[in-house]
Amino acid sequence: MRLSHAWFALQAITGREIAKFVRQGGRFASALVRPLLWLVVFAAGFQNVFGVSIIPPYDTYIPYQVYIVPGLLGMVLLFNGMQSSLAMVYDREMGMMRLLLTAPLPRWYLLFAKLLAGTLLSVLQAYVFLVIAWLFGVEVPWMGWLTALPVIVLAGMMLGALGLLLSVQVRQLENFAGTMNFVIFPMFFVSPALYPLWKLEESGAAIVHAVAQWNPFTHAVEAIRFALYGQLAASSLAIVVGCLAVFFTLAVRGYDPQRGMLRRAGGKPA
Amino acid sequence: MNPSPEAIPTGAAAAKEGAALDLADVRKAYGAREALRGVTLAVRRGEFVALLGPNGAGKSTLFQLLTGLFNADSGRLAVCGHDIRKAPVAALAHLGVVFQQSTLDLDLGVAANLSFHAALHGLGGARARDRVADALARLGLTERARDPVRELSGGNRRKVELARALVHEPAVLLMDEATVGLDPASRRQLLDEVLALRARGVAVLWATHLVDEAEAADRVIVLHRGQILAEGRPQELAERAGTATLADAFLQMTGGSERSD
Repeated sequence: MRLSHAWFALQAITGREIAKFVRQGGRFASALVRPLLWLVVFAAGFQNVFGVSIIPPYDTYIPYQVYIVPGLLGMVLLFNGMQSSLAMVYDREMGMMRLLLTAPLPRWYLLFAKLLAGTLLSVLQAYVFLVIAWLFGVEVPWMGWLTALPVIVLAGMMLGALGLLLSVQVRQLENFAGTMNFVIFPMFFVSPALYPLWKLEESGAAIVHAVAQWNPFTHAVEAIRFALYGQLAASSLAIVVGCLAVFFTLAVRGYDPQRGMLRRAGGKPA
Repeated sequence: MNPSPEAIPTGAAAAKEGAALDLADVRKAYGAREALRGVTLAVRRGEFVALLGPNGAGKSTLFQLLTGLFNADSGRLAVCGHDIRKAPVAALAHLGVVFQQSTLDLDLGVAANLSFHAALHGLGGARARDRVADALARLGLTERARDPVRELSGGNRRKVELARALVHEPAVLLMDEATVGLDPASRRQLLDEVLALRARGVAVLWATHLVDEAEAADRVIVLHRGQILAEGRPQELAERAGTATLADAFLQMTGGSERSD
């Protein structure tokens, strides 16, 4: 694989993803309206219900809106990661995937380029959301915008890789909505996105608390939360990177002609 | 049921001359269903070979193996000497494909679709622009370069796909039932465009179930139920079968039976 070849291909794949995203104006709007509703409506209604005590990385009492910002950033990344995988399934049904997979590049690289392109969109949306949150008066430290960037990129990649992996499993577009419900909602709710996990422990929901520890999204949110305040959540970040490696490896295996989905598709054109 | 004894020597002869496309005893089964039962064939540079078979003969499976979408259970597939399994990247670099199902991005422009493909094949900048312009000019699509593909007729869309498959100047061109859904004039036009590629040394494997398309070929390979039944020049096949036309020979060989899969 020549470097220039890899670069041209990455540019083309990213360019196509961006062009598609720009064409689908509604997708961008809904990607931003969703977390904004949580921030403005949900958080406003609940801010007195949840008393958030001082927990790291915060060094003071914080309003509930500030607490849920990392969780909502995670939500933006999660939704876009799943959207990208939906696009993979769509491409496969439309035959575009065949074109991509017959390009003279290693298959892992083609999937990696897809993942990077999707992550780029995720990160852009995450930062647009931060700007909007700031306009609504929900502020994070300015340094946090910078220190959170690598973590947001890694978390975006991890959730994108999960989407890639799902696109191996979900072969038809019509099955996608169901998968979304089984993936997005449990991941989002069984995580510290909306409330600190000790609240679960306190209220005796020990099982839910334990499950949340196994939820990669939990660690994505926590890693982002600490990074926004210039701190490193080392174990959470390590788990994010580990999950990224595992999900991506499994997705590449899934797209391998010898194993995985193409084989199971049983002779139908991919 | 067995491949005719003449079939193998022809393929082997082509292989000796350094075939651009070379398949040896390729087998593929999906569970209990054997889609390909030992297919051996070769296509030389500048040769147009029609792979003629009824629906379900195994043509699509063969193309899926050739494009590295699946792996064969056994046998060897090579493009310009590169084994598709051991060196897929090198093999794919020499391969141009027009798929049965359209793989154009309808919202992108004609030239943009070709540029995307050029980039996937490692062409960028001025070099890519030149190649794209050449490919479009060759097929008379220069005027439509900026139009979104969605606005093109079915015949022109296929031409765009052919132009795209040629952007990276492949040694081997695979056409997988590329004329399906086209009107007779567009069908003929596409066939003529591809026949003209012989002069440039491109090896063409043209899969079809339409006998009239196979009649234009240098060589016809009849595939039926995963096996090669006959191979030779169109006229030769008719003579050998003792029929007046290739169409009659084809019907006789395949028993006129079409399977729905």
